[in-house]
Amino acid sequence: MSLLSVENLVVRHGLLQAVRGVSFTIERGETLALVGANGAGKTTLLRAIAGAHQPAAGRVLLDGADLTSVPSHRRVGMGVALVPEGRRLFVQMTVEENLLLGRTAGRPGDWSVDKVLDMFPNLKPRRHAKTGHLSGGEQQATAIGRALMSNPELLLLDEVSLGLSPLIVDRVYAALQGLIASGTTIILVEQDLNRALAVSGRVICMLEGRVALEGASKEVSRDEVTKAYFGLHRKSTGSVPA
Amino acid sequence: MSAPATMPVIERGTATSRTAAMAVAVIIALLAIAPQFLSAGAVDRMTALFIYVILAAMWNALAGFGGLVSVGQQVFFGLGAYFAIRLADAGLNPFLALFASGFVVGVVSIPLSLFMLRLRNGEFAIGMWVIAALTHLLVNLDRLVQGETGTSLISLNVYDAGTRRATIYWLALASMTALLAILFGLLRGSTGAAIRAIRDNEDAAASVGVRVTGTKRLLFVLAAFGIGIAGALWLATSITFQPKTYFNVQWTAYMIFMVLVGGIGTFEGAILGALVFFLIETWFGGTGVWYLVGLGATAVVFSLFLPRGLWGTIEERFGLRLLPVGYRVRLAAASADDDATPQQTTKHQEKA
Amino acid sequence: MSNQIIQGILLGGYYALIACGLSFMFSVMRIINLAHGSLAVLAAYALWLLASRFHVSPFVGLLIVLPLMAAIGWALQRFLLERSARGGALLPILTTFGLAIVIDNLLFEQFGADTRSLAPYIGSLSYDSWEWPGSIYVGKLAVVMFATAIVLLGGLQLFLTHTRLGRSIRATSEDPDTAGLVGVDARRANAIAAAIAMVTVGLAGAFLGMRATFDPYAGAPQLLFAFEAAVIGGAGSLWGTLIGGIVLALAQTLGAQVHPQGFLIGGHAVFLVVLFVRLSASGLGPRGLLRLGKTS
Repeated sequence: MSLLSVENLVVRHGLLQAVRGVSFTIERGETLALVGANGAGKTTLLRAIAGAHQPAAGRVLLDGADLTSVPSHRRVGMGVALVPEGRRLFVQMTVEENLLLGRTAGRPGDWSVDKVLDMFPNLKPRRHAKTGHLSGGEQQATAIGRALMSNPELLLLDEVSLGLSPLIVDRVYAALQGLIASGTTIILVEQDLNRALAVSGRVICMLEGRVALEGASKEVSRDEVTKAYFGLHRKSTGSVPA
Repeated sequence: MSAPATMPVIERGTATSRTAAMAVAVIIALLAIAPQFLSAGAVDRMTALFIYVILAAMWNALAGFGGLVSVGQQVFFGLGAYFAIRLADAGLNPFLALFASGFVVGVVSIPLSLFMLRLRNGEFAIGMWVIAALTHLLVNLDRLVQGETGTSLISLNVYDAGTRRATIYWLALASMTALLAILFGLLRGSTGAAIRAIRDNEDAAASVGVRVTGTKRLLFVLAAFGIGIAGALWLATSITFQPKTYFNVQWTAYMIFMVLVGGIGTFEGAILGALVFFLIETWFGGTGVWYLVGLGATAVVFSLFLPRGLWGTIEERFGLRLLPVGYRVRLAAASADDDATPQQTTKHQEKA
Repeated sequence: MSNQIIQGILLGGYYALIACGLSFMFSVMRIINLAHGSLAVLAAYALWLLASRFHVSPFVGLLIVLPLMAAIGWALQRFLLERSARGGALLPILTTFGLAIVIDNLLFEQFGADTRSLAPYIGSLSYDSWEWPGSIYVGKLAVVMFATAIVLLGGLQLFLTHTRLGRSIRATSEDPDTAGLVGVDARRANAIAAAIAMVTVGLAGAFLGMRATFDPYAGAPQLLFAFEAAVIGGAGSLWGTLIGGIVLALAQTLGAQVHPQGFLIGGHAVFLVVLFVRLSASGLGPRGLLRLGKTS
């Protein structure tokens, strides 16, 4: 059975339909990259899987169990963890407190504050600093660590490289490679197409709330993805994949 | 959402609203001659009703349109009565003093607004209550008032009871009509667009250049002025001035009840709420404490389950508008969009 | 004069007690509970009833009343505030104001207009005092009250920083959506926070009844005191509440020296002065006082 299956999911923000009938599945241990222009519905889709948005139609199944009416905090207990766009740390609280919060759901597993700090050694000296005072890279590491602390089966990563220097991004992705190797199932949203294709096993390109292209990352060409990325539309938003 | 196939029709009023405007004129005319036919007690009750309408409309202007919930509006009610006493004591004709007092209250509220309007939501609400409590204490210090013993508007006693009763009735009716007309004009005029924008989303309104603070100040001062007049009129009907009675938070409780029940943020709702309150008071006022418990409980229930109030619900359900303060867009034909957008759009526009 | 100052500082302990629940609830749920004072008076009446009818000492009575207050807090959040907060920031003000009217008048219906006090039921504690050097007499009750305030504020601080539940509540207060995404049940956290706030309100009500008299309509002034102390102290920081309470009490004490009716005027005046200074100094425009305190 697939770990996660999304069936005809529709999510609205007021009158705006951000996700319009998306379906896909992901197997245990897979890494799926979601790409697409700004406003294509990637973030909304991830948040709906995590339970932060209620879908207007469709279903989300985890291990065959319907999650649709399960609130976000209980989904964490079932093994779904989101690293939200913009990191969304609790800035009045320290790195350690943010990490400990990740353990609230109480799923068994071997993630601990020390293990997260081993994974991101740059956080070690910052352990008791308020996260509002951290650099972007340190904040991102804390956000990922916080999600890991819940010992997730499915990790959702929303634009983890946004606003970070290339060097730091390399470091974050090196850490992610370790997670992927250890068998964690991951869905990641990434603007950098090269990275997305390199790190993932499969890729979905979204366009205006729908799946425009889906395929194995090794098999799709950059050209195909770029076409799907822009659809039939004319305008580039500036972040053309290099 | 796609453009509708036919041009939308933009209306200010509806056939219903034109009929309603006629009806309003007739009602006012009838009310003006009513004292000829009513008993003394009934005239007094009607005067009270007019004052309630003023209170409800003014609190609604502040909260429903300005987004400023105050639980300290009794400060203006008390000051309206107090300044009337002071002005009459200085030799001004007592009837004239009632209105002069309203103006003084309005003027006093301007510097107050500079300060208080920087507070938000609950802070503004209780902050106003603190102002009311402090003002009450300060008024008590005035020798003329003699602390909680109070004083009265003695100079009004030179008029005989009949003349006094009828004059106060007409003054209350005129004040109510004028204040409602001012509010109506304000909401229909260019300020009205700003007011509605603020009501719907203050931050968005500010970002498109609506003068949020200026508009709020206007409403704050108008509410102070209107409630000041109401306080002065109440003094005229009861003659005696005891600070405790006038600076009582109960007055704000009444205003909140009327507006919540009638429909916060709707022009007609405040009037309807005042009517409902008036009837409840007439029927149940004698039950004392249970009456007050009932008022509080009703306010809680409305805030939880019917936050748009009676009129807001009627308006939503039937699209009925008697005194249109906004524009409404009627789509001549349903568009072909797959969503339910046309209906939603219409509803949204009607609200504006 | 130093005697008055000490009395003022000790009275500040009471204001800190009544203010900390208000500011705690505001910092977690962004709701100012206008029934705050009325609920304190309700607790005082419950203790009075236990003492006068069933001869339960108010201190023992707290063992019954405080859990009851916690239950009320929980229910208040779950059945009233949660629903009304969904309708925007203004609706909870109206809901809690309506609730205050209901509570006040029900108390009046039940207990009449007579003023009551818990002082007769706490023995010599209500009038005993210690003599301090410099022939200063401090009431034992006032000292107990002040000590309770410090223990309560310190306990709350420890709870919020060092327990899992405390962290959950802080996370919810900062960002309820994200709290949910890391596994915190924000609804539960809010309900627990409301329960805790009502326990502090219960304690404040007990001391209100012990140190003075109360009547069914005594809730409104308590609400104003709580609000003033919280704002003066810059709510959000618990120790600020204590400072706010002391400043308020000192201003009242000073006011009473100046004029026989100056007690309350002094308190309101210092509140407005602090407000004015803070608003002019901040230059931040309308951002909200209670939140300003938090970031500083």
